[in-house]
Amino acid sequence: MRRTLPYLWVGFLLSVPLWLHDQYFLHILITTGIFTITAMSLNLLLGFTGQLSLGHVAFFGVGAYTSALASLGFDVHIFGGFRIVHQPWPAVTGFAVGILVAGLCGYAIGKLSFKVREAYFVIVTISFAEVVRLVALNWVELTQGPLALNNIPPFTIGFPGLWEQTLWGKVPNYYAVLAVGAVAHILIRRLVLSRIGRAMVALKENEPLATSLGIDVTRFLVLAAVVSAGIAGAAGGLYAHYIRIIDPDIFLFIYTVTMVIMVVTGGKGTLAGPLVGGIIFGILPVMLRPMATPEAQWIIYGVFMILIVFFLPRGIVPAVQDWWQSKMGVTQAPVDGARTGGRL
Amino acid sequence: MTRHDGSSRAVLSIEQVSVHFGGLVAISDMTFALNQGELLSLIGPNGAGKTTALNVVTGFLRPTKGEVRYRGAALNRLKPHEVANLGLVRTFQKTSVFGMNTVFDNVLIGLHRHGSSSLWETVLALPHVRREEKRLRERAWEILDFVGIDKHAAQLGGALPYGEQRLLEVAVALAAQPTLLLLDEPVSGMNASETASFMKLLGKIRQRGLTVLLVEHNMHMVMSMSDRIVALNYGKIIAEGPPAAIQQDPEVIRAYLGQEVKRA
Ligand SMILES: Nc1ncnc2c1ncn2[C@@H]1O[C@H](COP(=O)(O)OP(=O)(O)OP(=O)(O)O)[C@@H](O)[C@H]1O
Ligand SMILES: [Mg+2]
Repeated sequence: MRRTLPYLWVGFLLSVPLWLHDQYFLHILITTGIFTITAMSLNLLLGFTGQLSLGHVAFFGVGAYTSALASLGFDVHIFGGFRIVHQPWPAVTGFAVGILVAGLCGYAIGKLSFKVREAYFVIVTISFAEVVRLVALNWVELTQGPLALNNIPPFTIGFPGLWEQTLWGKVPNYYAVLAVGAVAHILIRRLVLSRIGRAMVALKENEPLATSLGIDVTRFLVLAAVVSAGIAGAAGGLYAHYIRIIDPDIFLFIYTVTMVIMVVTGGKGTLAGPLVGGIIFGILPVMLRPMATPEAQWIIYGVFMILIVFFLPRGIVPAVQDWWQSKMGVTQAPVDGARTGGRL
Repeated sequence: MTRHDGSSRAVLSIEQVSVHFGGLVAISDMTFALNQGELLSLIGPNGAGKTTALNVVTGFLRPTKGEVRYRGAALNRLKPHEVANLGLVRTFQKTSVFGMNTVFDNVLIGLHRHGSSSLWETVLALPHVRREEKRLRERAWEILDFVGIDKHAAQLGGALPYGEQRLLEVAVALAAQPTLLLLDEPVSGMNASETASFMKLLGKIRQRGLTVLLVEHNMHMVMSMSDRIVALNYGKIIAEGPPAAIQQDPEVIRAYLGQEVKRA
């Protein structure tokens, strides 16, 4: 049951475009998928190292802008009459550069703030998001500011000369998001189930004990920040080349809040948590839209979240796992994978 | 005051160490050494500075003055994890495990120093990562078995009964491959039979050639297991020597008078 469930899920997700022809709903699934990837990346930090990044959208936005700019090209003047001219790169190259730059930002933020951590990390990440938003807004020559970056090229995959496919439209982008999501999930899964992931969890749970065992706090927290930021950057790249227009509103605080809600309600520190939370809070707004005004939607969101946090403080996934275990009459978790809650 | 000067076999040397907390002098001018393979106990009444001394040696506290050396390397400026990587592994006075992890995972975390796979190797799931993981898991079972808590492997660390939790702490510390093991009151709160089996375990640990620095109030254990004892009072060494001598030492007896009544 446990082993086949993930494959059933993947099969189901692969089949969606075959029977779902509603373009609007497919669009919702794509954006939900992109947001779920950011939630997965946030979970690596929040759930496994215990560090709350309240500027997580910054890594997403940096990935989006970098990827867009790298594939659009730019020509900017910097001090002293110098000019930087960049010829457009293929979108896929831009995507990779976006991941890299977002990862570097994660590295810098991590190095800067993990000496003191926790509250300090929260503040540094919030400030970082605000700073990049202001840069995106005001460096008009590079980013077009509030006018937005338009006509971002879609992805083209394949081997030049042999076979190429440009991802126009919803279905190919759906599969692109699914592929990146799957890679991100496998990556995070391998990481958290490894010695490296154990070190992160150890630091979260009992830092003095962890350090007394030779675990270097800064090293593993920075590592988590880099991977987390890189994955968020990948989600940003997907977003930029799918929506094909991005503006500084991409850095709005509310997006970070949405990610946190996804992780916390789904179950932080579990591998399936952000997937469950991401799907619920990606689809919920769509269901509410015909019924409620945006303000009312936010209230319903809030109430729903408070209910979950109140009744299932550890989130949906751990609650379901507990229920499942008690139903099966298992009192002791299996040794393998018990910590991260199963295989999914 | 009796004092053995640190012989040539000294592995750990604490040289004129003082620790001040604001106006409070927790340790003043402390000098002693540990020899290879020795079990040295640090005793003294509550607040004497024993835990502080352990914190200084393991990098959790910087001494105000003085120097700590392990096998020639100065420890003063090192962080706790760097000290641990030199083979000095400590336990904590207040029970300290990874409560939300299984006993088995606790020991796996402890084995951190045995692994070396990088981030890339791990995310690419290279065969050598899998081999390393397998080796770590085998080693974890050996340690659980050695300490005698293998039957609790699947339980959460925080859900263990107190006595077993204290054993788990030692298992986790042993997993970190110590050459010098520092124990802070490992049997406090244990009943007589738990203490007796802990003493047996400590005997087995010593047979592996580990050097041990023991902080303990249980005088029966200290007197029967130590090679040498350093007695502290108000942050000062008041006596140092073999158990028989310490038991007779008038200063030690005076320091413990009144104290003994409280903790009997
Ligand atoms: N971080 C600290 N800040 C201020 N004072 C401290 C600190 N740690 C210890 N002290 C003080 O230093 C003195 C020595 O404390 P320490 O914990 O080393 O004693 P101990 O010998 O381990 O006692 P016990 O047997 O009760 O564990 C005490 O007076 C204590 O209150
Ligand atoms: Mg103490």
